[in-house]
Amino acid sequence: MNEHVTALPEATQSAPEAPAVRRRSEWIEKLKSIALGAGFPILLVLLWHFAVAATGTRLIPSPRQVAVMMYDFSFGGIYDDAFSATILTHIWKSMTRVYGGFFLAAAIGIPLGLMIGRLKILRQLLDPTINVLRPIPVTAWLPLSMIFFGLGPNAAIFLVFLGAFYPILLNTTFGVRSVDPRLFEAAAMLGCSGSAMFRQIVFPAALPSIFNGLRIAHGFAWILIVVGEMTGVPTGLGSVIMDGRTLSRTDLVVTGMIVIGAMGFMTDRIIVSISNRVLSWSPQHHA
Amino acid sequence: MPDTKRPPLIIRGVTKRFTVGDDEIEALSRIDVTIDAGQFVCLIGASGCGKSTLLRIVAGFDEPTSGDVFSQGKQITGPGSDRGMVFQDYALFPWMTVRDNIVFGPRQRKPPKAEIDDIASEYLKMVGLERFADRYPSQLSGGMKQRVAIARVLANNASTLLMDEPFGALDALTREQLQHELFQIWSRTGVTVIFVTHSVEEAVLLADRVLVMSAGPGRIANDIRIELPRPRDVSSPEFNAVRRDVARRLTSHLAPRALETESQPT
Repeated sequence: MNEHVTALPEATQSAPEAPAVRRRSEWIEKLKSIALGAGFPILLVLLWHFAVAATGTRLIPSPRQVAVMMYDFSFGGIYDDAFSATILTHIWKSMTRVYGGFFLAAAIGIPLGLMIGRLKILRQLLDPTINVLRPIPVTAWLPLSMIFFGLGPNAAIFLVFLGAFYPILLNTTFGVRSVDPRLFEAAAMLGCSGSAMFRQIVFPAALPSIFNGLRIAHGFAWILIVVGEMTGVPTGLGSVIMDGRTLSRTDLVVTGMIVIGAMGFMTDRIIVSISNRVLSWSPQHHA
Repeated sequence: MPDTKRPPLIIRGVTKRFTVGDDEIEALSRIDVTIDAGQFVCLIGASGCGKSTLLRIVAGFDEPTSGDVFSQGKQITGPGSDRGMVFQDYALFPWMTVRDNIVFGPRQRKPPKAEIDDIASEYLKMVGLERFADRYPSQLSGGMKQRVAIARVLANNASTLLMDEPFGALDALTREQLQHELFQIWSRTGVTVIFVTHSVEEAVLLADRVLVMSAGPGRIANDIRIELPRPRDVSSPEFNAVRRDVARRLTSHLAPRALETESQPT
């Protein structure tokens, strides 16, 4: 019996190739992808530079002005005003709101999504309401959230939560609904039921879809931080942009935009690498 | 091997009706069968004759419209660990390793870790997958996946194996290999096997008893004992005589129109 087993082809092993050659071509491929990925923004910055120079506009800052502002925002020593060398404070404040809202959305959205996916009565009860609330733009909630939570970080967290909640909820529900029903049957016949079924089958089976939802929601959370920090908080990347607007300092506005973009990009890479690790069992899920 | 001291599996007066739109379809009409403990029974018949429906009722996944099923002397009311289903498409838990799939059932009873480890190594050895214990199902071939599925229900102490065309998706060589392994596992463990198949040869090779089902409505048309000595040789004249006999009885139940559509090239 064992001989036959070992004779079976192993699906995961690719054809042997000289490892040094393969490593080198992989390395070249990686370098090429980095060069292309970084080359395009450099091209955009050049375009921006020449467009500003050609039109002579004073409303849009040049890339150089933004770079100077970025330096001052990070290290100070140029303008020495209220924004000099404050980048870490603003990043930290924004992150507490982004992740406060995001984790709150995950903590409610995932269990609720699992239950809605599994229990028909809950689906009938909640589905219409959710689908009416979902299209309402988060910005429309701004006045009400300021009444509910006052001026301050809680209103910002609430708005981020609202934006992150629906993608997590819907993807979790979808994940549960698209699990092969035989897996539930198999688990039931092996003596698994009730809350053990949720923990051991429903949750892990829906995990690829849950991670999709988390990734989308995480993107929304960073998008919504500007709206969230319009609620009158003194610090945070969103409030920096709002201040820049009030003071007509577009270099500050663009600096804030770039920092948000960079933070969103880096934290998204972290989520992708966590999901690749957690979902290593699923060959089709490598993002 | 059939054992009359243990309680048999009894299917008594089982019928099943489905409603599709305004039509009511009678999928099974009064099935009465008693299967001795340890017997190897093959269910064979054309597509749509209700073999899989019957198997799902025995598993407890579907409820019969009327009638009862008794396993281990008790009336069944739903899925239970005394009956383990082996699905054609494996239905392994893709996020669990081979080892975790196999001990999933025993683990539900929360036994000490040492016991889990013993069960894992016993059944990994039985299906010859010790070296693949830490692989995920997506990293296995079809034959290996089906070995895991078999080990998973046996590790849970199932007394009846319900197999729904388990080798249907496998290539011919792997299929033969698994038929042989299943035969050995069955002889060693004394489990009862109800095995749904399309293949007359597979049925005659494995079964003590072949139940030929016919469609419209689904019922058992023939109950044939296969008395050939084991291990069986598919190339022997005796084997071929039995195979021809079963095939003749199977085709005699197919309606002429059904035959026509079956022979259409697709």
